[in-house]
Amino acid sequence: MEELKAGSNLEKVLRAGHFAFTGELGPPRGANAEEVRKKAAFLKGNVDAVNITDNQTAMVRMASWAASLLLIQEGLEPNFQMVCRDRNRLAMQSDILGAYAHGIRNMLCLSGDHQQFGDHPQAMGVFDIDSMQLIQMVKKMRDEKKFLSGADLDEAPKLFIGAAANPFAEPFEWRVHRLAKKINAGVDFIQTQCIYNMDKFREWIRRSNDMGLTEKAYILAGVTPLKSVGMAKYMQGKVPGMDVPDAVIKRLQGVDKKKVAEEGIKFACEQIEEFKEMKGVAGVHLMAIEWEHKVPEIAEQAKVLPRPKVD
Amino acid sequence: MIVAKRKPFEDIKNMLKDYKKVLNIGCGTCVAVCLAGGEKEVDVLTAELDMARKMEDNPLEIGKFTVERQCDREYLEALDSVVGNYEALLSMACGAGIQFLAERYPEKPVFPAVDTTFIGINQGVGWYEERCRSCGSCVLGMTGGICPVTMCAKGLYNGPCGGTNKGSCEINKDQPCAWFMIYERLSKQGRLNLIMDVVPPQDWRNQTPRTVIQPGYKKNEVA
Ligand code: SF4
Ligand code: SF4
Repeated sequence: MEELKAGSNLEKVLRAGHFAFTGELGPPRGANAEEVRKKAAFLKGNVDAVNITDNQTAMVRMASWAASLLLIQEGLEPNFQMVCRDRNRLAMQSDILGAYAHGIRNMLCLSGDHQQFGDHPQAMGVFDIDSMQLIQMVKKMRDEKKFLSGADLDEAPKLFIGAAANPFAEPFEWRVHRLAKKINAGVDFIQTQCIYNMDKFREWIRRSNDMGLTEKAYILAGVTPLKSVGMAKYMQGKVPGMDVPDAVIKRLQGVDKKKVAEEGIKFACEQIEEFKEMKGVAGVHLMAIEWEHKVPEIAEQAKVLPRPKVD
Repeated sequence: MIVAKRKPFEDIKNMLKDYKKVLNIGCGTCVAVCLAGGEKEVDVLTAELDMARKMEDNPLEIGKFTVERQCDREYLEALDSVVGNYEALLSMACGAGIQFLAERYPEKPVFPAVDTTFIGINQGVGWYEERCRSCGSCVLGMTGGICPVTMCAKGLYNGPCGGTNKGSCEINKDQPCAWFMIYERLSKQGRLNLIMDVVPPQDWRNQTPRTVIQPGYKKNEVA
């Protein structure tokens, strides 16, 4: 068997052919380590790795690498997210080395939401390199033991490299080519945008299968349970790149007000059941941000427990 | 052309508050075309300043002069005999022109009357839009003639990002997504292969002052 690229738990689980299940945790808007630990406790044992967001929605939060370290201390595996908005190539590379030195083994490469959305809209958006170039850079550091500039580095950061994919944005035909581009750049795994439009997702994964892409990278389908009709409508109308069909909203409206959240979880679990059987889907990425305490229940209901242990 | 916008009147007045004799200098090239700092705008601003200072009982002796191009030594020369009569200079040229003026008369305080904004095009009278950030290595050939540095809110060379929204940019529904447009144009031209490969990171050494010497020319002794 081919040697592991990073040896992270996530990589091992996927390599062994298990259906992966990853979670997400947003660091606090302050120096509160306890909050990270509290959220982590809900995820422990229920997911294979936890994405730690990087100044999500362009709001300043505890550094992604720092919250990742807290997770390691708690016995969880982080998936360290890095956006291109806040750092140039020097800062990125030094953070990557430092993160690896402290035991971080997964990394997700993202562009980052535009700073205009956040709490410092006056900030300069760096975008020295873009997410595609970031993937290439991490791969070069890992596989060639070289900095972006070409100079040698003394110990390679062995990271399992991930990126995001949006299966829904227009033009739809271009979506699979985008995925192919990221795979050529060097990603090992993909976590998709939250999926609500199952028809469109099925078509995207079919095309990805046809192009042989799902054999070159592991695709984790993104799932975010809807808490309320308001949230569903917000996602539909206000969140760029999100595709929430009217039928999904109707379904939530169809149940008793007190049972909407329950119905949202039910829908998410049905999706997970379908993903388990779907050719080309290697796992699910559950983004239950600010709903971490629901993860044990969702994992249970989605029948993804216990999580596999792979040596 | 270079597009500029006049600074708020109060700001201009405030910069000049300690001076009694000021020369307002326009430029007849880009800033004239974009209606920010040509002869007409010099007339208006000069009259406004004159009036405002009179009302404040602090009269200003203000002269006006519009040169063909403030970024050109040949045209600046015309000012040599005039500048000596004034304590300070107000310039309505772009940032380059203002600096060249300041360089020529280093003993004079120089103030900008406009904010130099971008390199852009004329969409209609008084309506200009940015199109180029003078990055120094133009990729328009690859992107169907649409600049990713300027027109993409993140300046991505391998767009679009995840925020692309039915043809609009994530920052605003009225702002087209540059990478959506690039895709559409190249797709119609049957040239999508141009954006299939990853574009390597840009060389940003354009952040230090640049010099261009065209082939067959050399750096002259400064006159
Ligand atoms: S790529 Fe864009 S910024 Fe660079 S020179 Fe061309 S138009 Fe200008
Ligand atoms: S939505 Fe399009 S134009 Fe806006 S930042 Fe993303 S790629 Fe650039």
